[in-house]
Amino acid sequence: MKILVMVKQVPDTATRIRVGGDGASIASDGIKWVINPYDEFAIEEALQIRERLHGEVVVVSVGPQRVEEAIRQTLAMGVDRGVHVKTDVALDSYQAAAALAAVARQETFDLILTGKQAVDDDAAQVGPLMSVLLEVPQVTVVLKLSINPDTQRLIAERELEGAIEVVELPYPAVITAQRGLNEPRYPTLPNIMKAKKKEIRVELLESLGIDVVPKVRITALTEPPARPVAKILTGDPLEAAEQLVNLLHHEAKVL
Amino acid sequence: MDNNRTLGQRLDDFYGLEQQLSSEETQIRDAVRRFVDAEVRPHAGEWWQAGTFPTDLIPKLAELGVFGPTLPEQYGGLELSPIAYGLMMQELERGDSGLRSFASVQSGLAMYAIYRYGSEEQKTRYLPEMARGHIIGCFGLTEPDAGSDPAAMRSVAKSVPGGVKITGVKRWITNGNLAKIAIVWAKDDTGTIRGYIVRTDAMGFAAKHITTKASMRMSVTSELYLDEVFVPEDHILPLSRGLGSPLGCLTQARYGIAWGTVGAALDCLNEAALYAKSRIAFGKPIAATQLIQERLVDMLSLTVDMQLKALQLGRLYETGVMRYPHVSLAKRDNARAALVVARMAREILGGNGISVDYGPIRHMANLETVDTYEGTYEVHTLIVGRDLVEENAF
Ligand SMILES: Cc1cc2nc3c(=O)[nH]c(=O)nc-3n(C[C@H](O)[C@H](O)[C@H](O)COP(=O)(O)OP(=O)(O)OC[C@H]3O[C@@H](n4cnc5c(N)ncnc54)[C@H](O)[C@@H]3O)c2cc1C
Repeated sequence: MKILVMVKQVPDTATRIRVGGDGASIASDGIKWVINPYDEFAIEEALQIRERLHGEVVVVSVGPQRVEEAIRQTLAMGVDRGVHVKTDVALDSYQAAAALAAVARQETFDLILTGKQAVDDDAAQVGPLMSVLLEVPQVTVVLKLSINPDTQRLIAERELEGAIEVVELPYPAVITAQRGLNEPRYPTLPNIMKAKKKEIRVELLESLGIDVVPKVRITALTEPPARPVAKILTGDPLEAAEQLVNLLHHEAKVL
Repeated sequence: MDNNRTLGQRLDDFYGLEQQLSSEETQIRDAVRRFVDAEVRPHAGEWWQAGTFPTDLIPKLAELGVFGPTLPEQYGGLELSPIAYGLMMQELERGDSGLRSFASVQSGLAMYAIYRYGSEEQKTRYLPEMARGHIIGCFGLTEPDAGSDPAAMRSVAKSVPGGVKITGVKRWITNGNLAKIAIVWAKDDTGTIRGYIVRTDAMGFAAKHITTKASMRMSVTSELYLDEVFVPEDHILPLSRGLGSPLGCLTQARYGIAWGTVGAALDCLNEAALYAKSRIAFGKPIAATQLIQERLVDMLSLTVDMQLKALQLGRLYETGVMRYPHVSLAKRDNARAALVVARMAREILGGNGISVDYGPIRHMANLETVDTYEGTYEVHTLIVGRDLVEENAF
């Protein structure tokens, strides 16, 4: 079983994001970068599959130099090796998917796992686009995955609004992970130490021969409007309740 | 740029030292921190008050890799760099100084003594088992009448056929009642101090738990009684000779303290800052008063000094130029500074600062020990003073 896990490095969700000087990107100073949380479920699933069925888990990530750290972190979780597609250019979903698909073709694979979306742009495009580019089936938002290596088929449970859908498909395939698929492990110290001896192959984006003109361009980023200061009602409960009804009626206009 | 970082990040890394750490070092730090957050912090006050060390944690600590982490792989180590080791001590002590002491004694004192002064056979027999936490060690140097002046020790190891017989009393011995082996320092027939691996189940050996501590309550501290305990020839540490041998181990443990105390200070600083932001008095958060801000900034300033000293000490270590007076200065200043920070945090927490439901008073009481053990503040002052002016004032 050869599994590729596509991982994106994103700003820590605890980081307060500010718009950069150009008005179309985020200010990158002071940001703490982490592995996209949904990709962590994909990594964990890949490691569990390897523990059951043996084989290799390779992480692929696109981005500037700092991305190497995210790859090292996955190696410390137990991933076998990494591929870093290096570029300083910010890519749109299609370009990212094209770069990852190009690496997938070089590497060959039985399964591609990735998060259902990245928490920075929330586009949820890369998984589906890769499956189209690679002409393999896909299942998104997966909560449970079982593999039958004898029949070369997968059974996946997907989360729908108010229901669980069970699907069956052959692999190679692309699977995108939903929270709840598993509990991602933390790196142990011995694995952190071993990680530095593992291979990270660097591939320049230009050398992959993909179209570097973005299909979608970010034209503007604005911060959400500042939340108005909360009103705290104090004093006699009866009066406070009256005030509350009054405010809900006149100011919030919900009553 | 600091705007978009959380309060904890701003306090922990006010001077941007994180950028000087390798990714491996920060990962190791974070792994230990996660462990301490999950397994230790929620219970630390309770354990401390009860005066018990959580022995259930020993296998988990071993799995985490905190026993002998700097040693070569063949002895069960992880070959951690001194800075990574320091960060590990920092995170353990963020939890509790007693937890860090447990690890310090096992790694920096007991395992290191065997690694540095032991035979190959002793190393392969004991170190991997100690790294796995199957064998806990303690380090017996201090005696009821010899602390700062260990050369005055009375314990003797008398030659007998096949080995020695040790007689003496050791006091204030961390992990004494948990240990399977004790590294005991005693004078041989010629009056030379040597190290001995003593099995704690040997005839004539007894350990008595000291239960009256008002500090370091989560750590087990004992008195060891040795009454003609037979130690076979192959359990004498062959390369140990003279007072320099136990002092060589102390240098390792003191290095860990220089870092560990940073963790205790950071925990106090974080607790105090969070509390000050949420505690309302006179209609506003106490953090919005000048006096509290001054106190918080004083705490931050002391903590940054500690971080800088610890990191530079780590660099001296890594480049092979660290001398023991360097370690003494950092141990002396960081233990004392952490104590001051903990006291200030205690104060900011007002009445709540008196309860072990909050960390500061526990850290504060613990740090009284840290200021004293592994060489008191005065002893380190005299070590650095002697180095400076080349006059012995002991
Ligand atoms: C909780 C705890 C755990 C410990 N764990 C261990 C352990 O695992 N192994 C171990 O061997 N020991 C351990 N110790 C012992 C510790 O290292 C000693 O207590 C310490 O070295 C001080 O020795 P002492 O208590 O005999 O004090 P003393 O040496 O009697 O000192 C008393 C006071 O006199 C001062 N003083 C002494 N000499 C001078 C001088 N020349 N000039 C100026 N002032 C001086 C000291 O600074 C101190 O303030 C532990 C202690 C504690 C409290």
